[in-house]
Amino acid sequence: MAGKTECIAMLLAGGQGSRLGVLTKKIAKPAVPYGGKYRIIDFPLSNCVNSGIYTVGVLTQYQPLELNEYIGDGRPWDLDRANGGVHILSPYQQIKGTAWYKNTANAIYQNINFIDRYDPEYVLILSGDHIYKMDYSKMLAYHKEKDAACTIASLEVPWEEAPRFGIMVTNDDNSIKEFQEKPKEPKSNKASMGVYIFSWQKLRQYLIEDENNENSGNDFGHDLIPAMHANNERLFAYHFDGYWKDVGTIDSLWEANLDLLNPNVDLDLSDTTWKIYSRSPVAPPHYVSEKSVVQNSIVSQGSTIEGSVEYSVLFPNITVEEDAVIYDSIIMPGSVIKKGATVQYAIIAENAVVEEGAVVGERPEQTENLDDWGVAVVGPNVKVGKNCKVKPKEMISEDRV
Amino acid sequence: MRANEVLGIVFSNAYDKVLKELCEIRTMGSVPFCGRYRLIDFTLSNMVNSGVSNVGIITKEHYQSLMDHVGTGRAWDLSRKNGGMVLLPPFNTATAGKNENKVQALNGISSFIQGSKAEYVIMTDCNVVSNFNYNDMLEFHKEKDADITIAYAHGKAPKLPDLLTFNVEGDGKLSKLAIASETDKEVNYSIDTILIKKELLEELIHDVVSQNKELFERDVILANADKLKIYGYKVEGFTGVIDSLLSYYNLNMSLLAPEKCRQLFDQNAPVYTKVRDDMPTIYGLGSQVKNSLIADGCIIDGEVENCILFRGVHIGKGAKVSNSIIMQGTVIEDDVTLDCVITDKNVTVSKGKSLSGVKNYPVCIGKGIVI
Repeated sequence: MAGKTECIAMLLAGGQGSRLGVLTKKIAKPAVPYGGKYRIIDFPLSNCVNSGIYTVGVLTQYQPLELNEYIGDGRPWDLDRANGGVHILSPYQQIKGTAWYKNTANAIYQNINFIDRYDPEYVLILSGDHIYKMDYSKMLAYHKEKDAACTIASLEVPWEEAPRFGIMVTNDDNSIKEFQEKPKEPKSNKASMGVYIFSWQKLRQYLIEDENNENSGNDFGHDLIPAMHANNERLFAYHFDGYWKDVGTIDSLWEANLDLLNPNVDLDLSDTTWKIYSRSPVAPPHYVSEKSVVQNSIVSQGSTIEGSVEYSVLFPNITVEEDAVIYDSIIMPGSVIKKGATVQYAIIAENAVVEEGAVVGERPEQTENLDDWGVAVVGPNVKVGKNCKVKPKEMISEDRV
Repeated sequence: MRANEVLGIVFSNAYDKVLKELCEIRTMGSVPFCGRYRLIDFTLSNMVNSGVSNVGIITKEHYQSLMDHVGTGRAWDLSRKNGGMVLLPPFNTATAGKNENKVQALNGISSFIQGSKAEYVIMTDCNVVSNFNYNDMLEFHKEKDADITIAYAHGKAPKLPDLLTFNVEGDGKLSKLAIASETDKEVNYSIDTILIKKELLEELIHDVVSQNKELFERDVILANADKLKIYGYKVEGFTGVIDSLLSYYNLNMSLLAPEKCRQLFDQNAPVYTKVRDDMPTIYGLGSQVKNSLIADGCIIDGEVENCILFRGVHIGKGAKVSNSIIMQGTVIEDDVTLDCVITDKNVTVSKGKSLSGVKNYPVCIGKGIVI
């Protein structure tokens, strides 16, 4: 039996991320590579550790193998602990039968026993879908100060984007007046980041009520929090104003990677006071040859660069052969770009091969009809044959010869 | 190799004196190498990749950086319930000395050796950089029914004290063993990787200690050359021996040839090291990097040619750095020019300064110095 823990985190990592297409065919969205060496889940895990939260339950469901292996014993995040640490929580068989996690609230409901073992005062609910650096301990202090039942992290988004989010309308004291789920006519631009702190006894009670309510969809945003609001529980918004990005689509994943090269973007991963930890591959430093040109890019260990790389993010163990050209692209671990190949405005997934002279993607200014333009995607382990072409916006999951 | 068949013993500072510029504040084993490694990583990785899972590291003095680097041995998978990695600093008793030489050190750890259930002992040094499977050497040792097997390389002998040289007969047996005298001729020389039955080692050490002798090469090996079956095992693949600052510099630079680099960093026998959690390297607009090895965590805005950059190095705008080894955390400010320079950790070269050595005499700047 574990001792008493003030706050534990529950990280919802079971999502498929279907809009990422071939990238999440075999892996869960939180395991998608990001930023030259990370995976999306490194961000919430590192935030937890940096915020002093050392007990993290990771709820997995969709394609969990790679994610489970990646998290392992939690060592890279210093979460291999005798008391607490990281725990993978997958759906399991019970007397009543086997149940998949139906939705976010139901996933936590099914793990009430796990949370009770730590007897926490507070529970932090996170998702494995976002790139951001956030000090949860400040949010927890705010939650206590407000004596809240639930605190929801909020972010001001551009008004035109507000209809894509769960929107909160707040009173002067930041208490929540009204919720609008993806409203056509938003009354506020304060969007929910999907980061919640609950007082555990309150959450426990509402989880059970929610489960017993046959009409509930068992979702935090849709069902549980509105039910708390309807009962006049103390709900507060906590304002966050750093970098935060949902990387749920190909375009946003591509953008979020290249944001790292934009000096105007407030996301500094080299800041040693808030490190983002990850499981590092075993590889030597990268090699840049005599003939190569590398400009305004991110390159990581184990790669060999002999061609041209501009405004791109390269993950570990990549080979870029002579006269290959990479512009505005994301190249994931282990891929090979052979002689004379051109990769522009593209995402090349893990261990893919772009053969000699092949062309993947194109610049928007080369495209006649901009409606047909978009980021091209080559799936994991896919080979683009000699002199073959992958059109902009195309997504391929099988070899092209 | 079956589990716990071989005990590894690593001498972390047998030759500190030959690289005094970098070993003043650390052991040979913790000298930074090739962008992200320490010299001890190579022998530890060879041990682990060969199935040796019990390794004692002998050290003498200023071993804080070594302790910090190896930690519990976790990075090499040597944090084990049975065996694993053990750091062996001098243990002051009436009979044990201060690890001043190999005989004294081995005598000092006699209880550690005795306690091991291994049948063989492999001893290695940290000034050798190689990717070498000790298992193959063990097979050879058994096949020849040797008493001692010494790994060797062929070429110009490094200038190390008490270096063993010898002729190799057709079947691999060694003859004409000698302590090397200075010569420019190509010879077979020991790379200080020695495989021996544990019992025999204990016996030999006991004998020389009781005779009050202390030179391992002379009193243990040469003195018994006629009595024992001593074989040589030629090392294939990348092997480099450090005997001076220049050879350290040249060995680093030789890895700028991609085929050499691939030999040393063989994907089937990876070289492990402590992880630092840097972000990948950022190349700025206007950066120009040619023929260089760059570790993670660097921010490069200037020109870099024929260099090895360690983790977390900053190269400012307009800076020109060539033929240099820039260690962890060094900051090269804007408009600095460096040629043939080795900067130790956390050096700062301030704006506009210029420094150069020559290729056979690189300039070395000590740890933490601000220029």
